[in-house]
Amino acid sequence: MRGNINLKVNIGGLELKNPVIAASGCFGFGREYSRFFDLNRLGGIAVKGLTLLPRKGNPPPRIAETPSGILNSVGLQNPGVHAFIEKEIPFLRKFDTSIIVNASGSTVEEYEKMVEILSDADVDAIELNLSCPNVKEGCLSFGSSPHRVREVVSRVKKYAKKPLIVKLSPNVTDIAEIAKAAEEAGADSVSLINTILGMAINAKTRRPILGNVTGGLSGPAIKPVALRMVYEVSKAVSIPVIGMGGITNGTDAVEFFLAGATAVMIGTAGFANPMVWVETIEVIEAYMAENSVNSVTDLIGGLIV
Amino acid sequence: MSTNYKIIKAEFLNADTFKLTVQSEKISQKARPGQMVHIKCGDEGGVLLRRPISICSVDREKGTFDIVIQIRGKGTKILSKYRAGDMIDILGPLGQGFSIYPKHKKIIVIGGGIGIFPLLQLLKDHPAENKKAILGFRNKSCVILEEEFRKECNELLISTDDGSYGEKGFVTDILKKELDKEPADMLFFCGPLPMMKLGVGIANEYNIPCEVSMEQRMGCGIGACLTCVCKTKNGDDWEYTQVCKRGPVFSGDKVIFE
Ligand SMILES: Cc1cc2nc3c(=O)[nH]c(=O)nc-3n(C[C@H](O)[C@H](O)[C@H](O)COP(=O)(O)OP(=O)(O)OC[C@H]3O[C@@H](n4cnc5c(N)ncnc54)[C@H](O)[C@@H]3O)c2cc1C
Ligand SMILES: Cc1cc2nc3c(=O)[nH]c(=O)nc-3n(C[C@H](O)[C@H](O)[C@H](O)COP(=O)(O)O)c2cc1C
Ligand code: FES
Repeated sequence: MRGNINLKVNIGGLELKNPVIAASGCFGFGREYSRFFDLNRLGGIAVKGLTLLPRKGNPPPRIAETPSGILNSVGLQNPGVHAFIEKEIPFLRKFDTSIIVNASGSTVEEYEKMVEILSDADVDAIELNLSCPNVKEGCLSFGSSPHRVREVVSRVKKYAKKPLIVKLSPNVTDIAEIAKAAEEAGADSVSLINTILGMAINAKTRRPILGNVTGGLSGPAIKPVALRMVYEVSKAVSIPVIGMGGITNGTDAVEFFLAGATAVMIGTAGFANPMVWVETIEVIEAYMAENSVNSVTDLIGGLIV
Repeated sequence: MSTNYKIIKAEFLNADTFKLTVQSEKISQKARPGQMVHIKCGDEGGVLLRRPISICSVDREKGTFDIVIQIRGKGTKILSKYRAGDMIDILGPLGQGFSIYPKHKKIIVIGGGIGIFPLLQLLKDHPAENKKAILGFRNKSCVILEEEFRKECNELLISTDDGSYGEKGFVTDILKKELDKEPADMLFFCGPLPMMKLGVGIANEYNIPCEVSMEQRMGCGIGACLTCVCKTKNGDDWEYTQVCKRGPVFSGDKVIFE
């Protein structure tokens, strides 16, 4: 890190040493990428989306490439929250980086239970996934109307002893309304965007490419949508916003800060470039040095319109 | 770590299939037969993902390895334009390769189409005294690497779908005939799913252990994103397993073919 540059951010009680986080579902539980770079470099890791019980996930193929993007339909394959606590936290705790647990449920009770269990686990924050497009029951349906969001968030808030991040879906008419509902119900911050519902078809075989027919779009293709939504949400709420969607480098990250994000998450870009998280931090630092910005927080919402 | 390596030779083997020889001390030393590399194609035309490609053969003395690629779509088209002297961004070697048991005296490798490539280094590295290869192609113009394979095994049998070269018919039919003549200690399959499914059935019928190399669309290539799964047995239950990390080579009795 350069001498006088301050990368620290506070996301509704979650202190991060820098604003770059690995996005949920793209980084497993960190083990694989720990072979490529020092996980201590990351501001935080949002782990693969967890559910109360293990989930097998959707049938393959689960990924399709589309112009400047990918569709995925993993469907929350995960070992369940208990296996995570037992097997993965001890590994992740060896690193000086924040652990953000991405949690999903198919009923409000499941969300409550997850938050209760995770509040007693050695993690730094809980990211409530109200926006997974790839599972039939729950999840997205919880995130798609302000009153459902208000209901889930206010009910889990009673159990939350850790900063609560609510992850928002872009598959809604007015994302700012949803964000406001989350804030009113007690969210400490919001993260956005999750993937945009889409599909890919093979004209030759007349079949969908994904085993699940539809999937979620991510990668550079969704960046303009993500920027617009971060911009709208950050104007509508006073809690911090974590921005994501198509970030592939430090300049992209700076654009999200200017649009109103306090931190960023990066997922898909890591598939092509396993060093993307570290390189992004370096480019943010270089941008700050060049533009005489001392604290990254000075960039937040700095868009000139 | 993904690294830029130098291509020292690029040549077409037939109209749509080309071979790249890449300089890499690390990959040539570390790679085991059946492992793959994950290749970045360049940003042209919004191609985002890397492409998984098997390591076809390695030259540990020269510190080089060969990959052979068939043009299928956008990504492989871009890769076909690489020339000697160009740099190429490669992640690898990745995944689990074939198992080599020194006590095995007789092995048969069975490959179809682009599935034949990883079998070449397997034949090179396997110490068995009797090694047979059965390779299937669509037609005569698709037949490649014939001499390379012939050099590395005791017997090479080729079949084509239309009979324009070698025997007409499926590699699995030839395999059955061969096994009726003489048993084998282990079978290795790589090719289209229906071929491998039939192959595992034959292996079971003749009570011979076998391994299969699976193909699946991939994201990260290292086990983190869970996009590349195939169905495998897990005790009495089943699960989806990452092909990139736990495979691409699996024991034939582990995979559930549907
Ligand atoms: C373990 C493994 C080893 C392989 N080894 C070889 C090899 O040695 N030589 C060779 O020519 N090919 C090999 N393949 C297949 C090769 O990866 C695909 O042909 C290639 O990815 C197609 O890319 P494309 O851009 O040309 O096609 P497109 O259809 O444009 O690709 C679109 C997307 O689908 C994926 N995709 C398409 N077909 C396949 C496929 N059959 N398998 C996996 N992903 C696919 C692509 O990677 C890409 O993400 C291997 C595949 C796997 C999984
Ligand atoms: C393969 C894959 C799996 C994902 N799994 C999850 C998940 O389990 N939980 C979640 O909240 N988001 C998940 N996401 C969404 C990402 O966290 C992120 O919101 C989205 O991909 C946009 O960012 P990106 O363009 O940088 O990837 C997943 C995305 C991908 C590509
Ligand atoms: S491609 Fe990511 S887990 Fe296999």
